[in-house]
Amino acid sequence: MRTSVVAVVRTGTANLASVETALRRLGRLVEFVADGDAVARADRLVLPGVGAFAAAREAIAAQGLADALRERIGEGRPTLAICLGMQLMARGSEEAPGVPGIGALDAVATKFGSGRRVPQMGWNRVVPSDRCRIVPEGFAYFANSYRLPAGARAEAAAACAPSAPAAPSPEPSVGGWLPAWSEYGGPFLAAVERGAVVGCQFHPELSGAYGRALLSRWLAA
Amino acid sequence: MTDLPVRVVPCLDVRDGRVVKGVSFQGLRDQGDPADLAAAYEEQGADEVVVLDVSATPEGRATRLGAVRAVRAALSVPLTVGGGVGRVEDASLLLEAGADKVAANTAAVRRPELLSELAARFGAQCVVVAIDAAATGGAGAGSGYEVVVRSGAERSGIDAVAWAARAAEAGVGEVLLTSVDRDGTKRGYDLELLRRMRAAVSVPIVASGGADSPQHMAEAARAGADAVLAASIFHQGQWTVAGVKEALHGMGVRVRREGTGGSGEAP
Repeated sequence: MRTSVVAVVRTGTANLASVETALRRLGRLVEFVADGDAVARADRLVLPGVGAFAAAREAIAAQGLADALRERIGEGRPTLAICLGMQLMARGSEEAPGVPGIGALDAVATKFGSGRRVPQMGWNRVVPSDRCRIVPEGFAYFANSYRLPAGARAEAAAACAPSAPAAPSPEPSVGGWLPAWSEYGGPFLAAVERGAVVGCQFHPELSGAYGRALLSRWLAA
Repeated sequence: MTDLPVRVVPCLDVRDGRVVKGVSFQGLRDQGDPADLAAAYEEQGADEVVVLDVSATPEGRATRLGAVRAVRAALSVPLTVGGGVGRVEDASLLLEAGADKVAANTAAVRRPELLSELAARFGAQCVVVAIDAAATGGAGAGSGYEVVVRSGAERSGIDAVAWAARAAEAGVGEVLLTSVDRDGTKRGYDLELLRRMRAAVSVPIVASGGADSPQHMAEAARAGADAVLAASIFHQGQWTVAGVKEALHGMGVRVRREGTGGSGEAP
């Protein structure tokens, strides 16, 4: 059955084995994809976390994936973007000034402030907003130096809704995206979801029972 | 103290595909199958698992990829693998086999550019510098600790704290800090070493070497460790990970307690 296959984007450096293992454990077959047609065709797609923003963005551009990703996210087709994958959904990152992201989320990734261990490496509590259907509450595993600030407008560039003013604090729904937050020297966006499209800063594939719960819900969405 | 719960990290020293653990890197003896142990520790609430390949021979090294694959298949929490990481290609093979982080030790001391090469290729969050440190006994300037290489066999004369700072500068995302003096002694972590390291780097530090009780782990956390690694106390059934976490919680150390055997799972 086609629906039992999950396509995982191969961008060159990610820990694909962990993603593959997690999906297999939930009874899915994994197909690695690396071109725009395959990304466009896939019923269900994972964009895993990879090393550096600029290199990953370059790989996505070189493979001709950006348009296909933007389109399927805009259409609400089942897509899960993990860690750097979530940041790639945004407009850009402080890590690589001038390098545009996919732009599906109206936010820019910034570095954690000083006074904290950077990278954030370990388990942090994720608190979803009330209407989240896929992202559970609980501890998830993070490994990141950059994140999307919680106050950022998470607005689909594809949506035609007039832009709302930047929210000074977390709000229940922004630009159609339902946010989940964590705290690390202040709140940040731990995840966003809109229908079957999910971006998470943490690694569900490395988050034990919490991650299995999230992946099961996404696979059913 | 860190802002995140302190990670409790069982370590599997693997030689020729089997878990072993010795005293001060000597007297290795068989303890079990790495994948079985890893799965048991995850079930008990391990926050992460470290696999250190201590094979002495190239043949032994060849079996480690199989061991990493087997552990990955059994594990859904992060896996750090070290031992014999000398080139970017070594790290690449380990990551493909299922490691989430790779730890470089002797090879990085010999050729420090290895760390920046690994960080550039895989990202800081993927690269750990493993530092085996021993007290200099007051000889010479610096932190009072020097780097020991080749699994404890050779003193390098390099200051351990300065080396960690340089590694952080090169882009590593974590320091796995083992006290050679304490390893296997059950006398607790070297807290002075931890304090000096904490003052010098802002990346997370995993304390290793000497743990025999949750009390030792609480001390390490208070000295600045973000994670506490232990082997024997888990392998020999002295403590479960869940038991350690309950004890740490009781001592006021913040730990992740969901995932320690069913309670607190996501709805």
